[in-house]
Amino acid sequence: MALLTPPFTEEKIRSLKVGDMVEISGVLFTARDAVHQCLHSGKYPLPCNWKDAIIYHCGPVVIKDGGKWIVKAAGPTTSIREEPYEYDVIKNFGVRGVIGKGGMGAKTLQACKEFGCVYLHAIGGAAQVYAQKITNVNGVYLYDEVGSPEAIWEFQVKDFPAVVTMDSNGNSLHEEILKLSSERLTHLRT
Amino acid sequence: MPEKLKSSLLELIQRTSSELPKDVEASIRRAVSHEKVGSRARYAFDIICENLELAKKAKQPICQDTGSILFFVKAPIGSNQHEFEAAACEAVKEATAYGYLRQNSVDSLTGKNSGNNLGPGNPYFHFEQNAKTPTRQHANTSVRLILKGGGCENCGTQYSLPDKRLDAQRNMDGVSKCLLDAVLQAQGKGCAPGILGVCVGGDRATGYMHSKEQLLRPLDDKNPNPELAKMEGDVMDKANKLFIGPMGFGGECTLLGCKIGALNRVPASFFVSISYMCWADRRQGAELDEEGKIVKWLY
Repeated sequence: MALLTPPFTEEKIRSLKVGDMVEISGVLFTARDAVHQCLHSGKYPLPCNWKDAIIYHCGPVVIKDGGKWIVKAAGPTTSIREEPYEYDVIKNFGVRGVIGKGGMGAKTLQACKEFGCVYLHAIGGAAQVYAQKITNVNGVYLYDEVGSPEAIWEFQVKDFPAVVTMDSNGNSLHEEILKLSSERLTHLRT
Repeated sequence: MPEKLKSSLLELIQRTSSELPKDVEASIRRAVSHEKVGSRARYAFDIICENLELAKKAKQPICQDTGSILFFVKAPIGSNQHEFEAAACEAVKEATAYGYLRQNSVDSLTGKNSGNNLGPGNPYFHFEQNAKTPTRQHANTSVRLILKGGGCENCGTQYSLPDKRLDAQRNMDGVSKCLLDAVLQAQGKGCAPGILGVCVGGDRATGYMHSKEQLLRPLDDKNPNPELAKMEGDVMDKANKLFIGPMGFGGECTLLGCKIGALNRVPASFFVSISYMCWADRRQGAELDEEGKIVKWLY
């Protein structure tokens, strides 16, 4: 288990390989469907700084208790929906890591290689495990515009576990497993 | 509005969101032992099991995507559906305020989140009547709840046979090809290991709905139709040989269950409808007495 701590430099990120298990400490910014679409269309400018940042495909359950934001649940959402937008997000904003689940496609893999970024897989449905790793809600952006699950939540995290499944060398576990399982299915049919 | 009914439904929602039914949890724990220690699949399952404990203890959501809220109600003849719906909607609003449910109801035209999980079509209610001749037992209402997340819902699909790409004809072999193709296409995107709810036949709407209702069946039940029971077993067997594994990481356990139902169809159509459910199969139910008090849990 490797510790991944800020600054998330290009060198640090490029040293990660598919299969590496990491524990991330630092800041994560959630970003999912509405934010990706808005950044793509230019509807809203990015209201925070994503240079050398890690973004998290997540729509958390957050409630306000005594004036403070409390995260009740924060597991990953399916990343492939952001595939049309992620190359540009990585290129334009300098993102170094994308946490999600289910993997992303060839274009994002290309961005990882070109710009120095990795895809990190969190376990889908493990909302309490990840909520526990969030030590503070630093802020929230675009809450009124896109609603709670779609907003950009800035989370301070400690020892957030994830597995590298797409690295900056063009390797993708998802491509591997798709190929393997397709071959197995063909074999089962014959 | 009956306060007791609303409290019972609030309790049902909280329990459904934060605890798996016994049959699903047992199935997951059995699956863990089939994955190699030190493998990515085992790592995924270890986190899943840790999460189940945390969620149950804290009474907080297993998964942040508490999904679509689907109520399946069997009520006695003469019961008041409006009253039930009103109580359920109040319970949903409260559950959302407490954080048992995520704010999951978005206006499809404006993108605005309703903030309380209510909106056109949300929550969903399916009402049925109890036996035609009411007995004392049938004076009770049974309510089943499924919370179905969007990630796995997106892995649902509907085939129209014959299917050229799959070389699937209008027969059981063709149906089987559809089911295995759906599992292959899903990979880990629906949070495998998944559970398939399937309907052979029906139209595009009834087929999908009936496939979703198959998810009400406990994983350890047996299909009363021998042909479908055999197919359920075969599909499970083959799917678990694909090595997709939990989260699509590669592993022995790709499917936890396959539940198939059938409806008659018009001659021109032959649909195979598949609802894909994630490992976090949040399904629970309660039998309620005439006052709305929970007399027993159904799973």
